[in-house]
Amino acid sequence: MSGHERFLTLDPQHDTFPKLVRDNARAMPDRIAIREKDYGIWQAYTWRDYFDRGRRIALGLASLGFARGDKVAVVGDNRPELYWAVLATQCLGGVPVPLYQDASEKELAYVVDHAEARFAVVEDQEQVDKLLAIKAQCPRLEWIVYDDGRGLRAYSEPCLLSLAELEERGEKFAVGHPAVFEAELARGRAEDIAVICYTSGTTGMPKGAMLTHRNLLVMARVATEREGLRPDDEALAYLPMAWVGDHMISYAQAIATGFTINCPESAATVLHDLKEIGPTYFFAPPRIWENLLTTVMIRVEDAAWPKRRLVRFFLELAQDLERQRLAGQPVSSWRRLLAPLGGLLVYGPLRDNLGMRRIRLAYTAGEAIGPEIFVFFRALGINLKQLYGMTEASVFVSVQKDGDVRLDTVGTPMPLVDIKISEQGEVLFRSPGVFPGYYKNPEATAQTLDDGWIRSGDAGFLDAAGHLKIIDRARDVGRLAGGTLFAPKYLENKLKFSPYVKEAVTIGQDRPYVAALVNIDLGAVGNWAERRGIAYTSYTDLSQKPEVYDLIEQEVRRVNESLLEDEVLRGAQIRRFLILHKELDPDDEEITRTRKVRRGHIARKYAALIEALYGDRDRVQVEAQVTYEDGRTGTIRADVAVRDVPAAGAGR
Amino acid sequence: MTEASGPLLSVEDISVRFGALMALSRVSVEVHRREILAIIGPNGAGKTTLLNVVSGFYHPYEGRIRFEGRDRTSLKPPDVAELGIARTFQNVALFRGMSVLDNIMTGRLLKMGGHFLLDAVWYGPARRQELAHRAAVERIIDFLEIQAIRKTPAGRLPYGLQKRVELARALAAEPKLLLLDEPMAGMNVEEKEDMCRFILDVNSEFGTTIALIEHDMGVVMDISDRVVVLDYGRKIADGPPEQVRKDQAVLDAYLGVAHD
Repeated sequence: MSGHERFLTLDPQHDTFPKLVRDNARAMPDRIAIREKDYGIWQAYTWRDYFDRGRRIALGLASLGFARGDKVAVVGDNRPELYWAVLATQCLGGVPVPLYQDASEKELAYVVDHAEARFAVVEDQEQVDKLLAIKAQCPRLEWIVYDDGRGLRAYSEPCLLSLAELEERGEKFAVGHPAVFEAELARGRAEDIAVICYTSGTTGMPKGAMLTHRNLLVMARVATEREGLRPDDEALAYLPMAWVGDHMISYAQAIATGFTINCPESAATVLHDLKEIGPTYFFAPPRIWENLLTTVMIRVEDAAWPKRRLVRFFLELAQDLERQRLAGQPVSSWRRLLAPLGGLLVYGPLRDNLGMRRIRLAYTAGEAIGPEIFVFFRALGINLKQLYGMTEASVFVSVQKDGDVRLDTVGTPMPLVDIKISEQGEVLFRSPGVFPGYYKNPEATAQTLDDGWIRSGDAGFLDAAGHLKIIDRARDVGRLAGGTLFAPKYLENKLKFSPYVKEAVTIGQDRPYVAALVNIDLGAVGNWAERRGIAYTSYTDLSQKPEVYDLIEQEVRRVNESLLEDEVLRGAQIRRFLILHKELDPDDEEITRTRKVRRGHIARKYAALIEALYGDRDRVQVEAQVTYEDGRTGTIRADVAVRDVPAAGAGR
Repeated sequence: MTEASGPLLSVEDISVRFGALMALSRVSVEVHRREILAIIGPNGAGKTTLLNVVSGFYHPYEGRIRFEGRDRTSLKPPDVAELGIARTFQNVALFRGMSVLDNIMTGRLLKMGGHFLLDAVWYGPARRQELAHRAAVERIIDFLEIQAIRKTPAGRLPYGLQKRVELARALAAEPKLLLLDEPMAGMNVEEKEDMCRFILDVNSEFGTTIALIEHDMGVVMDISDRVVVLDYGRKIADGPPEQVRKDQAVLDAYLGVAHD
């Protein structure tokens, strides 16, 4: 592990991101830093452009009286202009606060007010409208700068300014103050706060994790070296800018390593743009991998039967081989001989079709991934690895090493990261990436940070080979009334491997058996129903079809059978389930914006359904509040069926 | 009234007759520059006929149509289009097998010059022209947020999106006057809200004058500057939305009147 300590010493000439961008602009002015698909064409910006635009925006902000330490809210899809705004803020010694672009007004108001943002740089009218609506609740917010002025012509609010106008003001300002920019940039220190990332949090109000330039830079460099990233790598910048993962990869690592990031045209075109770019470095939460798998499976189901048989045969073959490889078992030779043929006929074309032909490094993080999903992509020959990280640790805690990937662990600690397990079984770690604390929240900081060690809140252990294994959220792992161990997320991920299951919530704490609430995937189940000539009118209607219940019951039985392999968890089989009549939605606060299930909220909201799961009736009436995108609410009434599932296993 | 500062379009005392049926009788409507005009009325009131007269599908047997002050009464649809009047249809009329991009491209046909033989030999100008038109179309695609379906055949799209593509095609002609025949028919609430926003944005961004037929009163009251009400081929009201809403003749036309 020695040798990595050199990353800890930062040269004061190159110890902040603005200074590094300036270095990049000098060392490789014409290399492409950012691409953005606009008007159907990939428009490229070089490192020189990157630094120049950052400078212009910074001067514009300075002309408005920007002071060191000021916060700038950044809201919108991944756009070069917004990354430049982040850079501009840091150039002046300010702190960018990226926010989720689909946040509701209430969430936005809380964060903008809590962060005491004086400026906001936003993408378009949608975000301007939201910020204008909350401005009264955020007295410190003075200026709203927008990039895309469409639809804003009639707006006369004096606090509004277009990015072009801002840069123009900056140019005039620079004439009178030629040295300001360089001077402010030089004043930046490694210990300055580089960004505040508000964590969505499965409980309570979001907390603003502060990260310093040192935190991000050291971890970015450590990860770059361990994972072998290069300046010619290509990444897709499509995850919310507010998520620390995107900030680390699309901003910190891109600058520290000098690779190119690519901004998709719109959220709806991500998969298409992925194909066009063919990134070499790709980061996605399990949700995206699940979606990709679902689209592949739908297309396979739609193919003519010889094709379907062929694809299925080779996919199963590859997954079997991969599973044996991951388990360290010998691979039977005749099957291994077939694999190259599969590569030619199935894996290669499929990888190409997904836009993953060139991938050298792919991560899944943010949540545990279903083992079946993980194996599927690895079987295709994609170097998908699990990363265990936290906002509070500048992302990287542990990563599976190339060539040392196991199905059930999240790999070994990153260099410079120490991991230990507390007496209660909680994972603790410390590293140069560990944050100085939450913004204006010493209580939360004290709860998380204990003498330099971060309490992850996850239950896990280090195995004999030094791999970290995460069982579940520490507070979620529970026991059934009979004392059997029960890990809800583990079961949910198994359920979600089915293309038909979009989301699942399992319950069992202090209950006699495990029960599940299932969300069907409208695309996959809708397609399945169409092919069988089952007519339906709406999501609710489709979800309650007896045929759909049969379909999901098969999936539940599959999960139960797979549990038999596990000595500890085999007792926690799903014995009853129901299909929810509506999709779990972040607008209804049922899942977070990063799509983590909010158990507490669901338990309260669907108390009646949960009681029915432990009762003996096979139908239950339910009313649910839904919140529309504009904040209005309505009710959905439905009759939800409950179904029993026999336990798998011999002798039952 | 006939100088350039007058109304963009004025329909003066036109009547249209199908056999014994008077579809329009002596209707006069003015469309002012940069306004959004809504034409409403019960079924069969003559709204679409009025639009068809303006776009040259039908010709009135009496009355005159002036566009930018000049008499345009007897023009045919292609000539009307060349003047800068584009329209969408009540029932979507797209080329179903063609991609969205190609569909919108057809909206630029009138703007394309060139010569069949010359273009074949002299490649440069033809290519430049194609690029310029593609750029214009891409701006519209961006404007209407349909990037994700650029290459999708129009026939495979859901109805709401087809309507949006039709609007895109009409916009591609860079019209001075845009006629929309029930742009929101058959849409759900969310699609309607999107469409309203696009219509307002087109009006404010491009300065396009818009005349639209719509049944959803909420939409009409929200987005139009002026409302014209037709009933049995006659104009019964004309004015700002709030005024028209209270107009007794309009209430009677919609709710019916008790006959003595």
